[in-house]
Amino acid sequence: MRFLVFLEHHEGRLQKDSLGLLSKAASLGGEVEAVLLGSEVNELAAEAGKYGATKVWVDDDVLLDKPLSQPRVDALETLLGDQEFDAVLFAASVLSADIAAALAARLDAGLNYDLTDLAVEDGKLVGKRPALGDSVYADVGWTSEPRLALIRSGTFEPKEAGGSAEVAPFESRFQDFSLAATMVEQAHEESQGPSIEDADVIVAAGRGLGGPDNFGLVEELAKALGGAVAATRAVVDAGWYPYSTQVGQTGKTVSPKLYVAVGISGAIQHKVGMQSSGLIVAINKDPNAPIFEYADLGVVGDLNEIVPKLTELVRARKAA
Amino acid sequence: MKIAVCAKYVPESTAARRIDPETKRLDRSGEGALNPFDVNAVEEALRLKEAGGDGEVVIVSLGPERALEAMRRALAMGADRIVLVADEAAAGSDLVATSRVLAAALERESPDLVLFGQQANDADGAVLWAAVAERLQRPLISQVAELSLEDAKVRGKRQTEYGYDVIDAPLPAVVAVSDAINEPRYPSLKGIMGAKKKPQETVSLADLGVGAEEAGEAGSRTTVEALNDPPPRGDTVKLEDDGSAAEKILEFLQERKAL
Repeated sequence: MRFLVFLEHHEGRLQKDSLGLLSKAASLGGEVEAVLLGSEVNELAAEAGKYGATKVWVDDDVLLDKPLSQPRVDALETLLGDQEFDAVLFAASVLSADIAAALAARLDAGLNYDLTDLAVEDGKLVGKRPALGDSVYADVGWTSEPRLALIRSGTFEPKEAGGSAEVAPFESRFQDFSLAATMVEQAHEESQGPSIEDADVIVAAGRGLGGPDNFGLVEELAKALGGAVAATRAVVDAGWYPYSTQVGQTGKTVSPKLYVAVGISGAIQHKVGMQSSGLIVAINKDPNAPIFEYADLGVVGDLNEIVPKLTELVRARKAA
Repeated sequence: MKIAVCAKYVPESTAARRIDPETKRLDRSGEGALNPFDVNAVEEALRLKEAGGDGEVVIVSLGPERALEAMRRALAMGADRIVLVADEAAAGSDLVATSRVLAAALERESPDLVLFGQQANDADGAVLWAAVAERLQRPLISQVAELSLEDAKVRGKRQTEYGYDVIDAPLPAVVAVSDAINEPRYPSLKGIMGAKKKPQETVSLADLGVGAEEAGEAGSRTTVEALNDPPPRGDTVKLEDDGSAAEKILEFLQERKAL
């Protein structure tokens, strides 16, 4: 099977989810190639080789400078017109979901989305897709080629294998309507510490925190654990914390090794964004909070007492 | 200024949801409603129309005949009419087929602006608008939290993983709004009374010039092969804080090598 992995990058770095997808594709056997689109991105191509790509197709074009989806659809159509791939894989993001869906319409090629795993069974690619709040897992397939797959963010962990990739430049042919939308401004929120997609440890807070001032408590715990701070939708809507930290149905999907949920009831909208975390620890004063149904360790109690104490203990333990 | 809002008929959020093991499709036999995320798109369309002074807001939907009743909520809010594509042959359409049918219905209306809500509450796709914009060959702005209209262009401010983008697109354009964009109004009693009298058109695939083989399962390019139980999670432990919870959490993290 010949795979093409779409590489997303931001501020001169390949996204962790893209690298994870390369590693996953490599583990399925077959040829793994990647496509990198942008302006002045040539240097990033080599990085993809370390995670399993044998060849990276690069279009370095000023028209691909801004992260807009439609010119990228043109670029992929150009490449797929010349090269036959069995499957094109995308790690979900605001940008890549738009690209994958438009490419499906452009090529009349099937797109399976929100996948949490890929497998090759009897020589056929199969996608695993949770449905109905993840209470059912569907095996999904394709009846056309290339098979387009959009993988839930935070699904695959990158594994450095130490190979190297051949760089193959190509030139995209653009459509007028694809270049009609223009980026007027881009503003990036400065986040402290690691971003929640990249963090091994996340301390997340919900409305149970009581107010924005109490975020100090979770920030201290996150710092002690070497992790990032996340928030629920209710907290973001209330303006207590930035949207870039939101986990859940309308925010990000994360799967850190450890997820500490503080004052989070854990409704389904939040659960879908974090349930594939390695270990879930929940602290909530309401013994009936849904999060206790799926937390590995649930503690019913007052977060204002438990969190600072835990922070102290973790600090002491790390210093020892 | 003509604005089309793509709206979906979804099962009531309170209804127990199941997948039909025969068809492997979501069982849609129960009560339905206008997808709550689409209500934000309707509200935004009404605000743009009101700000512009004149214009028309058309609801375009693909669904069963009985979706019409749920779609009337948009009319009660102030939308002008409904075009519902209701055709047995369109049931079970995937992204490729759905976008084809919706685009055909939209071509027939040729609106200046097409609005989508952020997602449907019965599927986690959130990808339809990009496929529709592609088929209409129009510029797209998605995930928009602030929208403005001036001269012949729209400006959208949107949330991304990294902060926000401001994107301009000339009309005609396709915009998907996030549910942070507005607080939808409640229909007034007068609005509800008047809704039934507004034009509500049901069209078939043939009316749109879409062949039956281009819609539904025949027009789809993806399949559901099997339904399985979710992978099991390990045991869960729940304890009440007796003053030693912090110590117990630390022990647990050490045991599980999470530190």
